[in-house]
Parts: sequence; C-alpha cells; structure tokens
Amino acid sequence: MSEVIDRPLRDDEKPASSRLRIVDCDVHPSLRSTDDLNEFLPKRWQQHLKEYGSHLRTPYLFTTPYPRSSPLIARRDAWPPTGGVPGSDLAFMQKQHLDPLDVEFGILQVLDLFIFSQQNLEFGAAIQRAINDWQLAFWSHRDPRLKASILVGQDGVDLAIAEIDRCARTGEYIQINVSPRANEPLGRRRYWPIYERAQALDLPLGIHVGGYGGHAPTGGGWPSYYVEEHQSNAHTIAAQLASLVIEGVPERFPKLKIVFIEGGFGWIPSAVWRMDQHFERFRSEVPHLKRKPSEYVRENFWFTTQPIDEPDEARHLRSLIEWVGIDRLLFSSDYPHWDFDDPRFAFKTPLTEAERRKIFSTNARAVYKF
Amino acid sequence: MAATRIDCDIHPAVGGTRTTLLPYLSGHWKEQVVSRAIDGLDLTSYPPSMPLAGRADWRPSNGARPGSDLAMVQKGAFDQLGSSHAILNVLYGAQAVFDAYMAADFCKAINDWIAAEWLSRDPRLRASIVVPMQDPDLAIEEIERRANDNRFVSILVLAQGETLLGRRHFWPVYRLAEKYKLPLAIHAGTQYRQAPSSAGWPSHRYEYYFVEAQAFQAQILSLIYEGVFGKFPNLKVVLMESGVSWLPAFMWRANKTWRGVRVEVPWVEREPAAIIRDNFRVTMQPFDAPTDAKSVEEIIDQIGSEKMFLFASDYPHWQFDGDDPIPPNLPKSIIDKMCVDNPLETFPRLSLAN
Repeated sequence: MSEVIDRPLRDDEKPASSRLRIVDCDVHPSLRSTDDLNEFLPKRWQQHLKEYGSHLRTPYLFTTPYPRSSPLIARRDAWPPTGGVPGSDLAFMQKQHLDPLDVEFGILQVLDLFIFSQQNLEFGAAIQRAINDWQLAFWSHRDPRLKASILVGQDGVDLAIAEIDRCARTGEYIQINVSPRANEPLGRRRYWPIYERAQALDLPLGIHVGGYGGHAPTGGGWPSYYVEEHQSNAHTIAAQLASLVIEGVPERFPKLKIVFIEGGFGWIPSAVWRMDQHFERFRSEVPHLKRKPSEYVRENFWFTTQPIDEPDEARHLRSLIEWVGIDRLLFSSDYPHWDFDDPRFAFKTPLTEAERRKIFSTNARAVYKF
Repeated sequence: MAATRIDCDIHPAVGGTRTTLLPYLSGHWKEQVVSRAIDGLDLTSYPPSMPLAGRADWRPSNGARPGSDLAMVQKGAFDQLGSSHAILNVLYGAQAVFDAYMAADFCKAINDWIAAEWLSRDPRLRASIVVPMQDPDLAIEEIERRANDNRFVSILVLAQGETLLGRRHFWPVYRLAEKYKLPLAIHAGTQYRQAPSSAGWPSHRYEYYFVEAQAFQAQILSLIYEGVFGKFPNLKVVLMESGVSWLPAFMWRANKTWRGVRVEVPWVEREPAAIIRDNFRVTMQPFDAPTDAKSVEEIIDQIGSEKMFLFASDYPHWQFDGDDPIPPNLPKSIIDKMCVDNPLETFPRLSLAN
C-alpha cells in the first residue's frame, strides 16, 4: 500500500492570497464490490447480476477488450491503504486528491459495470438507478464537495426519462450523463426526448468517454492495441460533436448545455474548421441548420481539459487554447487514473490569473451553477 | 516535359460497369456482368449528383458523371488549373466488392481501361493502381501486373476497408510497394463494412464526410503501431482528401499516448510524430483551414515539415472556387516545395522513363 509521495509546493505554485480553489470535472469513484449496490438494487436484479452478469458487446466477461496499461487503469499510487480498489475509499481520495489540490467541487463520473453499455436495457436501468443512489449515499452525502450526475442509458429512452425525473426531484444532481458509444450517434432523433428534458430541467448533458456500443473504435475497424484504442476516445467525442451539431440538436434545443468529458481539446479547432469548411457544400442536405457549426460549438458545448496535449513548443499549446476559446474549457484531473492531469503542472504554457480562474473554476461554476 | 506543377489527386469517373469496363473484363466476368446485369457500383461515398462530387463547371452538360470525359478533364485539370502533370485516382466500387475474384477482375479492368483510354492518350497523366485489398494475394498479382508500367505511380486503397491497414495480412502488399517504389495512397472512401466512427452510423453525408478524417488518423496509428515502418522503412503513405489541419493536434496526442503506453508496442522506438513526418504525405485539398493567415501559418509551423505537403486539386470534386487550388495563406516556402519537389520525392516513378 502506498503513501502519497510528493514534494512540497513551491511558493509560486501555491494559490496564496488570491486562493484559487479548483473545480475538478472528472473524478472517478469506484465500488468496493458490487455488493455495495445491494441496498439500492431490487432482489430480482441482484440475482440477475449474479447469474448472468453484464451483457456487453465485447469478447470478455471480466475484463476490457484491450488490456490496459495498468491495473484498473489506475495510478500506481492510488491504491488505498485500506485495501480496496483505487477510487473506492473516500478518506484516501480526500487525503490524496481533494485536500492537497484544494478541490472545491469534484464531479463524480462513474464507469463501473459499464453501465451505459448493457445490452439488457432493463438491467442497465436498474444498475443506473442503484449507482445514482449510491453516488449520493456513499459520496455526496459524506463529502458535499463531490457532486453526482444522473446516469442514464439513452438506448432505453423511456427508462432514461423516468430516471431523470426521479433523480431531478431530489435537487441533488448536477448533470445528466449519457454514453458516447451507444447504438446510434447522439444526434439521432430517437434520443431527443432526453435533450428536451435536460433543457427543461436546466441540467447540462455530460458525456464521458468510454463504453462499448458495438461499433468498432475506429472507422477503419478494430485496432490491435490499447495505444490505438486510447486515442480513439478523442475521435468518438469529435464524431459525437459533429452528430449533435449536424443533426440540429443545439438548433432545436438552444439552451441545452453539453459537456464532453475526457476527450481532451486538441482536436476541437480542426474539427470545427472542417465542419465550417464543408458547411456550404452540404448546406442543401442540412437546411435545418441556421448557423455555421462553429457558432453552435461556441455557445452550447464545453470540454474538459484532460488529457491535455503536450506539444513540444509551449506556444503551440497557447494557440490551441486561444483557438478553442478559454470560455469553453473546464479543468478535469481524471483522478485516480493513470493519465491523470495534475492541476499544478498540466498547463505547460503561461496563463494569466484571469484565465486560470476561468479554466479551473468559474467556467465550470457557470455551467453547473455552483 | 518538365514538371512545373504536379496534381497528385484527380478523379476520372467510370461511367458504368456494363459500358466503360465491359471491354476490359475477362470472358467469365463479361458474361456474368451481362447476364446478371451487374452495374451501379458507384461508391456510396460519392453520389455523382451531390454538390461535393462535382463542381458545376466541371460537370458534363449531358448529365454524365463529372470526370468521365477525357477532354473535359484535360481542359479543367490542365488548362484551367495550370498543372503540368496529374495523378488519376479512380474511385469506383471494385474496391468494395465482397467477392474477391470479382473485385480482382474489376480492378484489373479499371487499370487496363485507365492505361488504354487515359494514360495512352495524354502523356501528362499518371495513375494509381486500383487493387483488391479484400484479398492481399490478388492485390499482389495486380501490382505485379503493373510493375513494369511506370505510368502507374502508387497503390490506391480506401480509408475505410475491412480491417485496419497496419494488420500483418497486408504486409506482402507493402513489401511490393517498397520494392517497386510505389507509395500507398489512402484515399477518402469506404467499403461500408463498419460505421465510420465508434459513435455509429450517421444520418447525413456531411457528417460522414466529416468523420472520414478520423479514419485516416486510425490508419496512421495502425500502420505505425503494427510495426509496418520498422519492417518497410522506405514505404511512403499518402493521405488523399483527408484534410490537413488536424495533423498537429493528432501528432501531439499520438506522442503523448505513445509515451504513456509504449510498453505495449516496444518495436515502435521513435515518437509517432517523427515517423509521420518521415513516412506520411498529405494532399492539400481539402485543407480545412482556419480563416486567418496567421493561424494557417501556425498550423504549418506546428506540423513541422515542408516535405509532407503535396499539391492537389481533387478535381472534379468541389473543394474550392476559381482557378487556384492552392489553399489561401500558405507560406511561400511550402508552395514552392509542394508543387514539384515533394511529389517527385514521394512518387519516385514519376521521374522514371515510360
């Protein structure tokens, strides 16, 4: 079991007088075991989980299609001394992450059980309900800095709407999470009732990378390696951005806020340039779009920063941030995963104090109304 | 004739299987095509009437497919756009056929047709070899058949096939490509074997065209991480109609991910971006540029290579208006190299006597 090993902060790294407490938009809690869900899961589904388990469109029952680079994709130092898996021990998360990095709010992103990718939609919905309850009972209620999202599987639209309404009544959840890899692209009309509800409730739609919708991770087929699959996460997010914009979701739901989580942001400028470049050419196919794609992206979408790009030249990162627009970026760490971004060191280019405030705090506070 | 401007990507159109290709098919397939009325293999990627598929002034007035008439292509690609030479890339469904024997005979017919009716009629033209990647053995036969004809300067494959291009079953193709100095030209287009992204099947062509850029990115990663360039260090890969402006951020992300996970692919000993700069080339239409000159300059600076860029019009596809296919705001040093030097370096057979 490892202790937190870190050097003391230098003075210039300390928030000091203008103390900047951060909002971390991507913190991963984990179940100690699926037994944690028993109190929230009806007997019928507990039994189903035991007998049949997850039914995913992937080849293995008990692991991911591509062996990951570290156990449970975690930082090697993130295993709690209590013996659980990384992200399963609140006290250790507080000690290792929330307290030393001065996290004012951390947004929980649950990936356990591949809850979005369950082929049995009723089972998926039962697990989502249980996890939504578990987030409050095990995390938010024990540490109010940690904010829960309403997890729903968009392929069962009616089940999703019912769960959104059930959770929204508590007033305790700060966004609605759907999957970036489902049966169909997110812009397709079958999913629109979810967006209508999100807009009506004024809850942002959160989309965290991951999951297995059955489609190959790339348009060229199934890669051989995790190093390829990892990079395909950004492709998925770019494809979903295009789907939502081009199908007209922000045109139809202009107040809907959409947050892409863990897609990084390096790909955004060229994706937007490409959409705009070909907009005139394809305009007759999409007359429902009243404005250029870039305008929707600037108004309706936000992007979390991890994994941050590391160009050889710091000035290139600077240009990238300017192209994307500082107002669109929300800091995220991805704690406790291996590709974690440390808020003190992740941005290897100078930012002004005002810019830091936006990226590390005020942008997220505005989106989530903290 | 000295080359002053080499257009690395123009598209002649196959009018139809039962018309254009029939004389070039083998006896068996000639009979099959007629008796079973096999035709209409135009790729779903490019509906001929879609605005992108043909600029208005490059469409034959009789309604025939843009790019189907040699005289019109000569007028547009050479007289109007000012090229001295051009490389023909045929986009037709032979590459998407499920029956590998049929695919092989159709590919052979396309290449014979190109040689007889295009290359032999205009010495300024060169072509890519269309191959049946459905079965690498048959692709190899077709490459061997063209190897002595220096007018064929590259091997054409679609960006989205049955499997990613780095996979080992394709390596015999790359062995020949390296041997005969034929770059692998990956062109936008799909066999429709799988959704164009992990998000699933989109509704619109616009969206499909947008995500095709990602297929190129996946192919780059596949070719690098499977170890193709360790085995075939001299192989060049040309990305055609892929878009360009995504390259910098893609290379940063590839480098970062490789640094984190390289233990998985220990045979890849250099940063992906370095391999990309050495072994990959890209045609310059479309560029998908930002609108201001400073950002364009910055993109070029971020890519960090003058050698990668190849002049191309993508004729008759409608990527730009007017008579100048060079994207606005490119630095002069890039324009100087991309029109002649880089194409000659990328396609060594351009310099060989016919």
